[in-house]
Amino acid sequence: MSEPISEAELQAYADGRLPEERHQAVEAWLATRPEESERITAYRRLAHEVRSAYETMLAAPVPHRLAQAAARRPQWRRIAAVAGWIALGIAIGAPAGWQARPERTVTQVVPDTSLFARRAAVAHATYSPEVRHPVEVGADDEQHLVNWLSKRLGVKVRAPKLDDAGMSLVGGRLLPGENGPVAQFMYQSQNGRRLTLYVRTEASRNRETAFRYARENNVGVFYWIDREVGYALASADLSKEELLRLANLVYKQLES
Amino acid sequence: MDEAKRLVELIPRLRRYARALVGDRATADDLVQDTLERAWAKLHLYRRGTDLRAWLFTVMHNVHVNRVRATRPVDPLDEEMPELAQRGTQSDGLLVRDLDRAIARLPADQRAVLLLVTLEEMSYEEVARTLGIPIGTVMSRLSRAREKLRTMMLGQPATTKLKLVK
Repeated sequence: MSEPISEAELQAYADGRLPEERHQAVEAWLATRPEESERITAYRRLAHEVRSAYETMLAAPVPHRLAQAAARRPQWRRIAAVAGWIALGIAIGAPAGWQARPERTVTQVVPDTSLFARRAAVAHATYSPEVRHPVEVGADDEQHLVNWLSKRLGVKVRAPKLDDAGMSLVGGRLLPGENGPVAQFMYQSQNGRRLTLYVRTEASRNRETAFRYARENNVGVFYWIDREVGYALASADLSKEELLRLANLVYKQLES
Repeated sequence: MDEAKRLVELIPRLRRYARALVGDRATADDLVQDTLERAWAKLHLYRRGTDLRAWLFTVMHNVHVNRVRATRPVDPLDEEMPELAQRGTQSDGLLVRDLDRAIARLPADQRAVLLLVTLEEMSYEEVARTLGIPIGTVMSRLSRAREKLRTMMLGQPATTKLKLVK
């Protein structure tokens, strides 16, 4: 008589991992025990079903952020990006003639908004020329992007849909701001023209401004504040008229 | 670097396991991202020539345990499960969904063992090394996980099911 069959051996049998001799012993043992046989058959079927249930994950396109994490974007790229950001800040900020020119009267005087527009212009100038790494999280993962940025900013942010205006979402990233994290969404037209929406939280939650326009080093910026959130729409590739039209679209979508 | 290429190749498998382990795709991808970042930080601990996949799953296991500890547990049943199957009949879709939910209801320790054996088709020894547990524990957790899963999928009002309902 052969050795008794253990539960571990039954599991290995279900996985088809027993050596031939034990496999046969288990088979013979099960032949006279219909309940046990049924149980082991169910395990086999379940294993097969579990594999098919998650099979689609193997073929699913890999999100940009994961490919990037696996390839480990070298540290110097980040450092270069920051250095570029600072250099551009100096270049844009330094000329004494720079100032925001209000298009319309603002509903309230907001002293720091020109700095806001400048930051948005700098961020646009830094990231929009990026070919390989324009965003941290791609539009293929929009839900995650929006959840993540909302969590970090502490307010619900959304990426407006501008497809009808010919601009599709590329993705977004998190940036440092004076009063905490800032979100940047990037859009691109079919012919490669780029637009960024810079979103920050406002310390004062009760103010609203009209659209204001600023232009610096070829980057046009429309910006406004809507209670707890400040928005700046920036592009170096679009005319002021096109940018205003898009700003209106963004404003309408985010108003609610 | 060779490791970078291998890591990229292993992403789909890490995602599949993570998706089954945590119950939704966004959290799974967060787990995979943390794992990859951790792997790069700890790459000097990886011994070249050994199985990078097994090492990576060990890293993922540790990252996962730390994440679970750090976050408030969420009831996976509260959230709408994203669809996994892209094709198939409606009943196939329902099966996938039920299975996904049943797996989410397994105790975390048992779920990890079941998925490494079933999805990754790791040997029991590899599973023991990956999770840092004795092989006897692997076998008993596998046995319990399977039996619970079977009971849940039979739709029996089993006592185990009642215990899981909070």
